[in-house]
Amino acid sequence: MLKKSKLHGEFFMQGDIACAEGAIAAGCRFFGGYPITPASEIAERMSYRLPMLDGVFVQFEDEIASITSILGASWAGMKSMTATSGPGWSLMNENIGLGMMMETPCVLINVQRGSPSTGLPTSWGQSDMMQAKWGSHGDYGSISLCPKSPQEFFDLTIVAFNYSEKYRLPVFILTDAIVGHMTEKVIIPPVDELEIIERKYTTKKPGEYLPYKVEKDMVPDFAKAGDGYRYHTTGLTHDERGYPVMTEECQWKCVPRLVEKITKNADNIILLEERDVEDADVVVVAYGITARTVVPAIEAAKKKGIKVGLLRLITVWPFPEKRIKELAQKVKGFVVPELNLGQIVLEVERCSAKYVTTKSITHPGGGIHKIENIVKAIEKVAYE
Amino acid sequence: MNKNIQVKKEIYHPMEDILRMDRMPHIWCPGCGLGSDVVAFAQGIKKANIPFDKVVIVSGIGCTGRVAGYLRLDSYHTTHGRAIPFATGLKLANRELTVVVFSGDGDLFAIGGNHLIHAARRNVDINVICVNNFIYGMTGGQNAPTTPLGAYSSTAPYGNFEPPFNLVGLAAASGATYVARWTSIHIRRLADSIATAAKKKGFCFIEIVTPCATVFARKNKGGTGLDLLSEFKNRSVINHSADPTKIPLDMEGEIVCGEFVNEEKPTFWENVKEGIREKVEKKVDWEKMQSKRKRKLYAESSDDLS
Ligand SMILES: Cc1ncc(C[n+]2csc(CCOP(=O)(O)OP(=O)(O)O)c2C)c(N)n1
Ligand code: SF4
Ligand SMILES: [Mg+2]
Repeated sequence: MLKKSKLHGEFFMQGDIACAEGAIAAGCRFFGGYPITPASEIAERMSYRLPMLDGVFVQFEDEIASITSILGASWAGMKSMTATSGPGWSLMNENIGLGMMMETPCVLINVQRGSPSTGLPTSWGQSDMMQAKWGSHGDYGSISLCPKSPQEFFDLTIVAFNYSEKYRLPVFILTDAIVGHMTEKVIIPPVDELEIIERKYTTKKPGEYLPYKVEKDMVPDFAKAGDGYRYHTTGLTHDERGYPVMTEECQWKCVPRLVEKITKNADNIILLEERDVEDADVVVVAYGITARTVVPAIEAAKKKGIKVGLLRLITVWPFPEKRIKELAQKVKGFVVPELNLGQIVLEVERCSAKYVTTKSITHPGGGIHKIENIVKAIEKVAYE
Repeated sequence: MNKNIQVKKEIYHPMEDILRMDRMPHIWCPGCGLGSDVVAFAQGIKKANIPFDKVVIVSGIGCTGRVAGYLRLDSYHTTHGRAIPFATGLKLANRELTVVVFSGDGDLFAIGGNHLIHAARRNVDINVICVNNFIYGMTGGQNAPTTPLGAYSSTAPYGNFEPPFNLVGLAAASGATYVARWTSIHIRRLADSIATAAKKKGFCFIEIVTPCATVFARKNKGGTGLDLLSEFKNRSVINHSADPTKIPLDMEGEIVCGEFVNEEKPTFWENVKEGIREKVEKKVDWEKMQSKRKRKLYAESSDDLS
C-alpha cells in the first residue's frame, strides 16, 4: 500500500467523491459498479483510489453483477460497496434480498434521480424511498440513511459501513443528484479519529461453529471463506447450520429475526436532527436535500408568527415512529415535503393519524418546492 | 442412550470427507447424473491436492444449484444466474482461494449468460462447471437455451424450434483459457479436467453433458437415467483437437468430448496489477492530494450548511 493513502484535511469536494472517500476511510476495499448518472463519479473515484490501497475495483457488465459481486467480496472478508441510481437499483433488488437473507455486510449507494423508468437522468428526485424499503420480495429489516450535504455524505458513508458490519446486512444511503453533484467544504479527520466498527468474527472452532446461531444479540457471528469453517449459506430458508429447511417452523425462526434485529435496535440506529421542535405547533418532516430547500419556508412561516420546527430524518429506515408518535401528541400537525409524489408521508401518517393531520407536499423531482406552497401548508396546519 | 454402547463409525461414502453426509439423502431423482458429476468433482479436487479449506464452491439455482449444499466446503447457494459475479467478488477479495462455480445450463447460459461471457472475457481466475442436461430440471422440464432442435419440453409441447447454444463454443469464443466437454459417464477424464482447471489460472470452463432422468428423458422417450448414460456413451467421441465452435450438440449426432482449449493468458488481476501499479505510483502526488488546511476538530465540520 502506498504511504499516506488516506486523505486528511479540509477540501472543496463533490458529494459523490466525498462518499467514495468516506467508504475508503471506513475500510472499503472492493467496489463493483456500473456507470449511471448521477452516481458515476463514485465509481470513477473508486477506480482512481482503490489501486492506491491495494483494493479491488471492477466495472461490471450490469448492476446485477455489481451487487452480487460485493456480496461475494464481503464473504471473503472485504468491506465492499456499490453505487447506482434508480434504474440500477431496480435491477439490484433481487440480490439485495440475497444479501439480507445471507446477512451480508456491505453498502449500497443510491444517488436518486427523477423517476420512473429512465426519468430525469441528470436531474434529481427522492423517488426510491419506498423501493429501498420494499423493493426486494419478502420481509427483511433494512437501514437507509439520507445525507443533506457532501460533508454528511462522507460521514454517513462511514456510519453505513459501521451499521452494516454491526448488524450484518446491506445498508443503504439514499441521496440525490443535488447532494451527489454539489461541491462544498468537506473536512476529513485523521483516520485515528474516526469511529470504525468491524464485524464480529466467530471465536469458535470449526466443527463447533454454526453460521446462523445467535447468542446474546440477534446478529450471528461471521466466518469468512477460506478460514477452515467450511460452512454453507443459502438464499433459501435455512436453519442455524445454514442448511435449507423448507418448513413453516424454520420460516418462523429464520425470517422474523431479520426484521427484529433492526426494529429492536431502532433506537441505536435512528439519527435525527431537530430544530425548534420542542414548542412547535407545526413540524416539517424532511430528509436529504429537501431538508435544506425548506429552510426559507420555515423562516417565512416563523415571521408570520407560526411556531414551526424542522425534524430532519437522517435515518429514514427504520422509520422513527416513536419520535413521530411523541410529537403527534403535542403538535397541531405535520408538513412533509418530498421530491416524489408522497412516499415518506405515508409513514408519518401511519404513525400520527390518531392524533393530528399531516399535509403532504409533493413534487415529481427535477425542481424544488416553491417556498410559498410550503408556507401555505404550514399555515393550513397551524390554523385549521 | 446407554453410554456403554460403542457407536461404530461407518464409512458411508468414499468421498465423505468432502460431502455433507448430514444432508443425505439428497433431493436428486434416482438415475440423475448429478451424483456422478459431484463425485467426479470431489475426485478432481483431491487429485489437484488443494486443501479443502481453500476451495470455495458457488452455485446458482436449479437441480445443479443444489450442488453447493452437498459439498463440505465453504459453499454459497446464491440466486438464479448470479453465481459467477458472486464468485468473482470472492476470488478478487481473497486471491488465495480456489473458486469454483457449479451450476446448470439454464442458470449459466440463459439468465446468467451475460456474466459468463464477461467473466471469460476478463479472464477472472475462477472455474465454471456447467451441468448441461438440455433442460430446466428444477422447475419441471421447460425449454432451456441448450434444448436441441426438435426436442420436447414442457414449454415446447410441439418440439423446440429455437436453435440451442453450443456451450463450449461460446466459452471459447468469449476468451476462456481452458475449455472441456465430458459426459457423466467419463468420470475419470472429467475428474482429471476438474483437477487441471483447479490448478490452472484464468477462466476455465467445463461442460458436463448429464442425464436428467426425470424430465428430459420422459419428455423425449429417453428411457431411464442409465439408458441415457449408455446413449451418451455410444454417441461420444473424444477429439481434443476439435474446434469447440464447430461441435454443437443435437438429439442424435456425435457428442464430441475433450479438452479443446488449454492456453496461458494473464488473468484479470494480473492485468490490473501489471497495468496499474507503476502508473499509480507515478501519478499520485500525495502532497498535492492532501489538503494543506488541516483542522483538528471534527466538530467544525458540522458547520451549519443549511
Ligand atoms: C429469478 C428467477 N427466475 C426463475 C427462477 C425459477 N428457476 C429455478 S431453477 C430454474 C431453471 C434451472 O435450470 P438449470 O439452470 O438448467 O438447472 P437444472 O435444474 O436443469 O440443473 C428456474 C427457471 C428463479 N429461481 N429465479
Ligand atoms: S429433475 Fe432431472 S436434473 Fe433434476 S434431479 Fe431430477 S433427474 Fe436430476
Ligand atoms: Mg438444466
